[in-house]
Amino acid sequence: MLTAEERQEIATKLAEYPTRQAMSIESMLIVQRHRGWVSDESLKDLSELLGLSVADFDGVATFYNLIRRKPVGRHVALICDSVSCWIMGCDRMRDHLCSTLGTPMGGTTADGRFTLLPIVCLGACDHAPAMMIDGTLYEDLDEQRIEEVVAQYK
Amino acid sequence: MERPLTKNFRPDKKAVSLADYERSGGYEGLRKALRMAPADVTEQVKRSKLRGRGGAGFPTGMKWSFVPMGKEAPHPKYLVANADEMEPGTFKDRALMERDPHQLIEGMIVAAYAIEADIGYIFLRGEYECSHERLARAIAEAHERNYLGQNILGSGYSFELHLHASAGRYICGEETALLNALEGKRAHPRTKPPFPQVSGLWGKPTIVQNVETLCNVHHIVNHGPEWFLGLSLTEDGGTKLYGVSGKVKRPGLWELPMGTPMREIIDDYAGGMRDGLCFRGALPGGASTDFMVEEHLDTPMDYDHVQKAGSRLGTGTMVVLDDQTCPVGMVWNLEHFFAQESCGWCTPCWSGLSWTEKILLAMEEGKGSANDLETLKFQTMFLAPGNTFCAFAPGAVEPLQSALKYFADDFRRHIEEHRCPWRS
Repeated sequence: MLTAEERQEIATKLAEYPTRQAMSIESMLIVQRHRGWVSDESLKDLSELLGLSVADFDGVATFYNLIRRKPVGRHVALICDSVSCWIMGCDRMRDHLCSTLGTPMGGTTADGRFTLLPIVCLGACDHAPAMMIDGTLYEDLDEQRIEEVVAQYK
Repeated sequence: MERPLTKNFRPDKKAVSLADYERSGGYEGLRKALRMAPADVTEQVKRSKLRGRGGAGFPTGMKWSFVPMGKEAPHPKYLVANADEMEPGTFKDRALMERDPHQLIEGMIVAAYAIEADIGYIFLRGEYECSHERLARAIAEAHERNYLGQNILGSGYSFELHLHASAGRYICGEETALLNALEGKRAHPRTKPPFPQVSGLWGKPTIVQNVETLCNVHHIVNHGPEWFLGLSLTEDGGTKLYGVSGKVKRPGLWELPMGTPMREIIDDYAGGMRDGLCFRGALPGGASTDFMVEEHLDTPMDYDHVQKAGSRLGTGTMVVLDDQTCPVGMVWNLEHFFAQESCGWCTPCWSGLSWTEKILLAMEEGKGSANDLETLKFQTMFLAPGNTFCAFAPGAVEPLQSALKYFADDFRRHIEEHRCPWRS
């Protein structure tokens, strides 16, 4: 079931578009903001709310990088692996993050604290390597900085 | 040196407030535009020689002149800001949106007025949450002051502006794919013609324009096309946001006269290479541009000069390759990105790019074979303009084709030594 808050946010945004289909992406992002991911049940609820087929939603969900169809941890770390960060050593930073948290890329820590995902260029190339946790950008990463940043998230 | 786009940037990187923006002449360009006929605004932009800052460099005023105008024109017409900055190595539009959000909004209202658009969308990268927050606030403020909404400043002209958060895919930067994404579909590119100027969003006339391009528009109206032409060192009008990343002393972003030479940007602004490293080459405008090398360092960085040097100005944010970073590894990283981001619509692109990526990865791992170089060369021709549905794949192979030319020895060494010479 969609919550009243989710329905309200979707309705507000829907008013900005001439069609219901236009809301397919943003409605999933709204659900994801509240629940961390988009479940089969949420797809069905959205399909009923907006009058689109579940297949329409899943077709869109599987196309876009930021829509998650699997559960994630309490925090999601996106590690940039694009060219400027690669030159500045993002592979080493990624390995350090994985060993600090004890989970591979794409995985979630056993205590459900972190999910680690790769991301394309975050637009922070002059402060590479960079990563983003729950929407907050962290730049100029080195091993020590990664440990300090991660420690802020419980 | 005048820096109209970044003159309001605060050192603490916070957004310029509406009050400060207005104090520095903000929304004056809009007031002036509203006293002009829409066609005259387009004419000014044409005369300014403003060209698209998203990568293609199409003349902005000419693009607008294709939009049907007058009483018979279909409505609603749309204006879309392409804020889907996702070209690896590019970090200019994020700065413009986070640090001076009203500048983009004013530019959009003036551009919308010129084409008599009714509704605008800012198509924003999902990851740009800080931009989202600051733009949302600025849009609300602009509404309160009647710069947006019904009967703007008593002019009789009305325009609504909305923010759309994308869910992330590089192909959304392609304008027709972006329109499909805005309509809530998978972002596959559309056949052209019809061009969006005539039949775009929901079949209505639509202009899609990069953030930096739009940020220039009201300055042109406010100060005139001659002033804008005077900002540049070359034929193309205006300033340009240039960026440098990679192993230089001071990576960063600077607004400089259009046509500033590459050497000056790298040496004077980025401080030159880090100690102990030498310059080997640079992608002048993001991942999808051909490498430029030592012999090109004195190239004025504008559309035509960079093209003559065998590349593209692209986004104007360059990625520098030093002599201790593996060029084959760098090209693998680029092709990995393109293979992943190919939208899958046409076979040459998704198949050719994943094949290319696999060959490069094998080389990096010491498993390259003698005929791989021929295969890679074949891919660059196979994916050249005209063989794929859109410009994605031709752009994707630009860094590869130039790397094969300039760094041929490095590719050969990977194959002959069965290893990456840069890995211990």
